[in-house]
Amino acid sequence: MALIPETAKQTIELRVNGLPRSVLVRPMERLLDVLRHELGLTGAKEGCGEGECGSCSVLLDGQLVNSCLVPIAQAHGSSVLTIEGLTADKRLHPLQQAFLSCNGAQCGICTPGMILAAVHLLNKHPEPTLAEIREGLSGNLCRCTGYSQIFEAIRQAANPGASE
Amino acid sequence: MVLAGLRLLHTDEPNALPHEHIVGTPVPRKEGLDKVTGRARYVDDIALPGMLYGQTVRSTIPRGRIREIRYGSGVDWTEYVIVTAKDIPGRNVVALILDDQPCLADGVVNHPEEPILLLAHPDRHQLSRAAEAIEITYDPLPAIFSIEESERQSEVIWGTDNVFKSFLVEKGSLEGIWERAAHVVEGEYSTGAQEQLYIENNGMIGAYDEEAGVTVWGSLQCPYYVHKALMAVFALPEEKVRVVQMETGGAFGGKEEYPSMIAAHAGLLAMKAKRSVKIVYDRLEDMAATTKRHPSRTRHRTAVDANGIILGGEIDITMDGGAYATLSSVVLSRGTIHAGGPYYWPNVTIRSKAVATNAPPQGAFRGFGAPQTLFAMERHIEHIAEVVGISPVEIRKRNFLKPGMTTTTDQLIRENIDLEELLDHALELSQYRDKKQRFTQQNERANVKKGMGIAAFLHGAGFTGSGERYLNSLVGVEALADGTVRVLVSSAEFGQGTNTVLCQIAAEALNIPYDRVTIAQPDTSVVPNSGPTVASRTAMIVGNLVRSAAVGLAQTLEASCGLSRSFTYEEFRQACRKHIEEHGQLKSLSRYEAPPGIFWDDQKYRGEAYAAFAWAIYVAEVSIDLTTYSVSVDDFVALQEIGKVLHPRLAEGQIAGGVAQAIGFALYEKVVWQMGRMQNHQMTNYIMPTSADLPPIRVFFKELGNVHGAYGAKGIGELPMDGPAPAIVNAIQDALGIPFDYIPLLPEDIYQRLAIQSPAPVVEG
Amino acid sequence: MRADPSHYELVAPQNLEAVLALMDREPGAWTPIAGGTDLMVLYAAGKLPACKLVSIWNLPELRQIEVLPEEIRMGAGCTYTDLRTNDIIAREFPLLASAAAWTGGIANQNRGTVGGNIVNASPAADSLPALLVYEASLTLVSARGERKLPYGQFHQAYKRHALQPGELIRTIRLPRRFSGYFSYARKVGARRAQAIAKVCIAALGKVEGGKIVDARIALGSVAPVPLRLGDTEEALLGKNPERELATLAAQTVARQIQPIDDIRSTVRYRTAVAANLVAEFVEALGSQAGRE
Repeated sequence: MALIPETAKQTIELRVNGLPRSVLVRPMERLLDVLRHELGLTGAKEGCGEGECGSCSVLLDGQLVNSCLVPIAQAHGSSVLTIEGLTADKRLHPLQQAFLSCNGAQCGICTPGMILAAVHLLNKHPEPTLAEIREGLSGNLCRCTGYSQIFEAIRQAANPGASE
Repeated sequence: MVLAGLRLLHTDEPNALPHEHIVGTPVPRKEGLDKVTGRARYVDDIALPGMLYGQTVRSTIPRGRIREIRYGSGVDWTEYVIVTAKDIPGRNVVALILDDQPCLADGVVNHPEEPILLLAHPDRHQLSRAAEAIEITYDPLPAIFSIEESERQSEVIWGTDNVFKSFLVEKGSLEGIWERAAHVVEGEYSTGAQEQLYIENNGMIGAYDEEAGVTVWGSLQCPYYVHKALMAVFALPEEKVRVVQMETGGAFGGKEEYPSMIAAHAGLLAMKAKRSVKIVYDRLEDMAATTKRHPSRTRHRTAVDANGIILGGEIDITMDGGAYATLSSVVLSRGTIHAGGPYYWPNVTIRSKAVATNAPPQGAFRGFGAPQTLFAMERHIEHIAEVVGISPVEIRKRNFLKPGMTTTTDQLIRENIDLEELLDHALELSQYRDKKQRFTQQNERANVKKGMGIAAFLHGAGFTGSGERYLNSLVGVEALADGTVRVLVSSAEFGQGTNTVLCQIAAEALNIPYDRVTIAQPDTSVVPNSGPTVASRTAMIVGNLVRSAAVGLAQTLEASCGLSRSFTYEEFRQACRKHIEEHGQLKSLSRYEAPPGIFWDDQKYRGEAYAAFAWAIYVAEVSIDLTTYSVSVDDFVALQEIGKVLHPRLAEGQIAGGVAQAIGFALYEKVVWQMGRMQNHQMTNYIMPTSADLPPIRVFFKELGNVHGAYGAKGIGELPMDGPAPAIVNAIQDALGIPFDYIPLLPEDIYQRLAIQSPAPVVEG
Repeated sequence: MRADPSHYELVAPQNLEAVLALMDREPGAWTPIAGGTDLMVLYAAGKLPACKLVSIWNLPELRQIEVLPEEIRMGAGCTYTDLRTNDIIAREFPLLASAAAWTGGIANQNRGTVGGNIVNASPAADSLPALLVYEASLTLVSARGERKLPYGQFHQAYKRHALQPGELIRTIRLPRRFSGYFSYARKVGARRAQAIAKVCIAALGKVEGGKIVDARIALGSVAPVPLRLGDTEEALLGKNPERELATLAAQTVARQIQPIDDIRSTVRYRTAVAANLVAEFVEALGSQAGRE
């Protein structure tokens, strides 16, 4: 494969967790790598690099995406929400609270992506059925929990007062 | 409701404290906050100043001699640090049991993906291309890829006969049983390889310094295994090797011994580069190159009487260990000991062996040999039931172990376990009888056939026999001047709840608030060796040592500061401050002592194999859609007796997670091999269940206590792996009337079998 | 991550015209990238030889869904989520809506595009059989102008299609003729979500006076390209949709398909399941017709 001469870095401007950020990077750097290496936001993880496991999930312009599949140039002008952006004023998001009380996080590696997928789900379906929860999370693989306690956490966050 | 939640069915706790208020309650996970906020630091989240990135160059053939290594043009090799076997200062081994596995191949390779050399570069993007530019030529040797080929010994690739290890267990005598038997039932059962598929790939950062020696930080289960391995590779004494466990994103056994290899690699590169080096595998590499569950083949030949009662039998087990011994002997051991299941065998001969093939070495995966042989046993017992003409429930009841009976290794069952009652309860919880009846009717006309299946099993916790004595675990509990207490163990948290449970135990034992107890990050320069985090031993055995160390701490304060027996936390805090002012530190250590009267013969493989067995009955409800031949697990009941539930949420989570993995083992996770290499080494084509695929997993506990476990606990980490696969395959047989004796069982396999039965294309109806 | 970003160019012109002009200036040099759900996987595996990429993600000209009386015009840059959230598509083109729901998980549906699915031309692609039975036509565009092509003529051979250098798919046009039809879609994968199809079917049927007056059946993953089962369709026309017909229809399937053994499945399984799916369609068509 003949190599093209080195691509120049370019300035990409985007909003990350509510703040304007500017990075000087090559256009085909993955959004995942820019978040982790340029911006120090290591919450998004690389589990597979193929868009299968969802541990790199973030919200891009409000939409759940696998950040390992997004070239940074396509995020220019966009807004990104990562797990670090969920904790407002040191207060936990209800989903984070629920994951804690329901043991929704075991080893924790899928957790940032899983919580963001749940955020996205509850944005669309504030009181999701079990089927909607299953579908909403079907792109986030968890090897530890068997998903049961994650479903519980989501139900609890959606319906804090309800008893089981 | 998805999970029925924790239900205690019968409590009988001989060694529980009267007022437990921390152990047994759902306290917050110690590191939970970090995990839900994204603050938890896994190895790839860390970069050290000046750090380089490392890459492994691996064999592309299964077996042969390395003829030449050429560093291609188009790459400026002066930019790279290159390490080969020649650079190893100590022994070129990954020290474990037999020390037969090289750290880097030296002239010879024995499996695809075997590490040959290492590269490092400041820019991680420069590694792939460089690795591709290295041309390695080989003189191939004939290679073998299956148990049968290995047994044939037409090619001997390891030792003198391809056998890493073998065991012979003999109980009673088989003399005359074949003649006395009303039925002699034979069967052969196989299980395939399974990838642990932790969502965080293997990774290590290595640093080297003439003064300090070698330090590694990484994703691992057993800091002291890595420590021992690094001592050997670097020829360094204990105090010049330091291993630190980072937050670890899943392990399941896959990070029991493999981290020793990658730690040595990172350390070697760091030594040569004089800078720290990070090696993190991507998924493609991790799946292709690292250990998996041992494939197995188990043959049963059993003599039963007219009532289906086992008179005796032969069990023959073979496991495929891949190219090097690694942990095969221990996996084989556990598989051998569990092969008889929860049944009474008055006479049995168990022969087992682990053999070599030219595939990457297999290793530890939750269950560690037991899921393989218990699959066979639980399929075989159903086979026996069929031959004898009685139900799956009845055959088990007639053969269950009871208190006062002995296991296949002559271990006396001392505790009050009533497996018949446990079975009845599981059947009730799963509505087994009702459903089975309904399904039998429905199936006549339905295109989607439904069935119910049972599995009964046991799992021994802790190291086998004298293993715990050999480990000689040491645990520390330290108090600081502010009254906080720190647990010092080498036991690693990787999701199962180690941090939480051990802190609960310390808090309970000291009767201080849970949030005043912390646990040190496992760092071999700080924590003592409490043994590896494996074998479902941590809560039970290490937990017990934490308890006794904590009690020792309180006793020290009683002696030095006059702290009264029933102190308040404030009094405790004052006493700690006083003691530390006077003595500098306050640390209590506790070392493992084997319980008296425990007898194990390592030669004859006879005696008390495990300090405690947990017992379980699992029931699966399945549907098979005859349009697509796909199996779906629609409901799952997991009922187990586990001594004591130390933390209800964590315990539920362990069982549910293990069941999910075992459902994968049964129906989804097939490793596609070609010439010893995994072909489907991507998440897109190695299929693990998603949230859309799993049923509600309903978990129930029973507690009988355990004199050898902290607060009566038995180990539970691996137990849930043993039962689901046979329960599911039993359910499939119930639904279709067809026995399957191997897993993974894919729709293609079910289709093939149905097609053989009715040669015309199978169409709905 | 096995690729080096310093050796890849990605440019993102603001509009379609600029994209086409670039592609025209250097024919064959620039590879369009939409949501990246296919190309970025290859890239990360070190298997993307095309190193000059032009982004067509979120170009307004490509991401519209225009509703006209006779047809829907879907921009090729519409994502699966765009399809799923469109009422008209959900109502009148349920096969496409189902396919969109079955493609990957939510995250990949938010980025994957219909155009990308078509051009990537995987025989296992979920939405392509639906496009075939809905009689889709494509508007292809380049700097030199537009041309139309029936979708059935787009795929020529395995991973070979009718796009000329410098051309993009601009629009997928769906005639609004199928509201009254019975629709049946099913995807058979290794698991219920995030699975590549082992076999998938999209089928439409219309029954009048107890007889099938129209039947359209397409399968994925059973040939190098998505496949209409013309012989089966013909065998169904004018017949009564009942059990015997279902069996007969199933028997016509094997000779029209060319499935392979691959890492995911086998010839035999695919053949049997394809036949079963067709039979299931015919039976379902019959049941539904019986209820009316």
